[in-house]
Amino acid sequence: MPDSVSRILPTPEVLTETDPPKSGILYRLTLNLKKWLTSSGLRYNLLGVLGFLVLWHLLTAVFKVPLFDKLPGPAETVKEWFSRHPVYGISVFTPEYYQHIGLSCLRVFLAFLLATGLGVPIGLLMGWKKTFSDYTFPILELLRPIPMLAWVPLAILMWPGRESSIVFLTFLGSFFATVLNSWLGVKSIDRAYFRAAASLGASEGLIFRKIVWPGAMPFVFTGLQISMGYAWFSLVAGEMLAGEFGLGYLIWDSYILVQYPVIIIAMITLGLVGSLSSLFIRQVGFRLIKWKVKEAGK
Amino acid sequence: MTLSGAISIKSATKVYDPDGARVLALDNCSMEIGPGEFSVVVGPSGCGKTTLLNAIAGFHALTGGEIFLDGQLLSSQEKPARPGADRIVVFQNGALFPWLTILENITFGPLAQKKLDPAAAKARALELLETMGLAGIALDYPGQVSSGMRRRAEIARAMINSPKVLLLDEPFRALDALTKTVAHQFLLEVYDRTRPTVFFITHDLDEAIFLASKVYIMTTRPATVKLVLDINLPRPRDFRLLASRDYQRLREKCREAVRTEALKAFSAGEREM
Repeated sequence: MPDSVSRILPTPEVLTETDPPKSGILYRLTLNLKKWLTSSGLRYNLLGVLGFLVLWHLLTAVFKVPLFDKLPGPAETVKEWFSRHPVYGISVFTPEYYQHIGLSCLRVFLAFLLATGLGVPIGLLMGWKKTFSDYTFPILELLRPIPMLAWVPLAILMWPGRESSIVFLTFLGSFFATVLNSWLGVKSIDRAYFRAAASLGASEGLIFRKIVWPGAMPFVFTGLQISMGYAWFSLVAGEMLAGEFGLGYLIWDSYILVQYPVIIIAMITLGLVGSLSSLFIRQVGFRLIKWKVKEAGK
Repeated sequence: MTLSGAISIKSATKVYDPDGARVLALDNCSMEIGPGEFSVVVGPSGCGKTTLLNAIAGFHALTGGEIFLDGQLLSSQEKPARPGADRIVVFQNGALFPWLTILENITFGPLAQKKLDPAAAKARALELLETMGLAGIALDYPGQVSSGMRRRAEIARAMINSPKVLLLDEPFRALDALTKTVAHQFLLEVYDRTRPTVFFITHDLDEAIFLASKVYIMTTRPATVKLVLDINLPRPRDFRLLASRDYQRLREKCREAVRTEALKAFSAGEREM
């Protein structure tokens, strides 16, 4: 090495990965959990939740504000939720509860899988190849703004049986968000990267694998989190209209049968399952976008 | 050392938006760049230097004239050049792929061209990083290292392909003055090792004279060559050169020529590019 350079540069370090494989999803989760449990933020988190519960209790059970007088209070809800012999037949001890959760999750999972499997490649291709986006963009922009609820009649007409129509509706909800974000993801890639790759002799296939795919990845994962939210949104609407099981159906059915605590139980459950699914996507994203994490110095 | 990479630019002309605004970026621009020559192109911002570089790199077509590489037609209006690993570009804002480690960035070229298998490419890259004093950052992502390091790594990524021509578009523009001098020294060492033809764009006169064998001073847009200066300063060069009388004399000459063009560009309200 020439002297002038070696004097300026730091001595080369040993070229081995010293970190043991500490990037597993489980590892990250426990790490985050530990951080959260030991942080001062936890106290405020708990206080916030407690404040919300107290407010809820005061509004429904103590002051009986007219707007809320039909709603069950937190005590009543929790009692029903954890009861071995629930009045309305739904609690953590009844298999029906898990049947509803399981079926909703399965529908969202299927729809999300389809939406991702179709939406990501279509979005990436639209961002990458102008001809492809010239063909597809008008159709996409026409269909995208149609509210999911407007699709309900078609969904029922087109698909045999309830299951497939619900999954179809759920799919639609998340599909467009996925396409749009994947497309924007490619658009966000600096043109110099494409030129550099071509200059280095990369074929089109390699450019897709090494530039388009990783470059769009941060946007794609943001898009997947959004589309997961849309999936749950659409699912509940679909289940309310055409379901026989599932959390959305449970909410609507309980409303009709005047089983108000069950509505609250199902709603809170939806919130929990929805958060967990978003959390899961974030964790997968972290794993796949290692360079972003390292760049941020974490 | 047998040198190749002679670039012959004959009446290169480029009109942007020929059916509309008709912006003439290059007008009958001719240059003869010898094999292994370190050519530095100086001109006011937005004068069309990058347009010329992009035509050589194969990123767009000329609207007139031809470019030859070692006597072979490289680019003309009918047959624009395709990007290729014999002419590698180092970009103004840096284009190391942020999602690949420095090592993976450097092996990108040989693997893309299927010139080396992964193990050989890795060995070759590590060897190159070692000679270039970059071994310590091989496993880092570009975002983790300083901008000066990134520039050097990007030059290494180009050099592993032994290109005939190295095209640099104001590569050190964003570096601070101190880092810049280190980067210059680095580039000269790389150049002295294998003597590729270098096509270097800048508007920093000190940079131009310190690095170049020949300085091409361009007119403001539309760009043509206004003046060619031979820089007959001995190589290898180091920073002490900056104090020499020859250097000062050349710099003065350069400054005069560039100043008139810069004034023209300024009064024409040329946008920074």
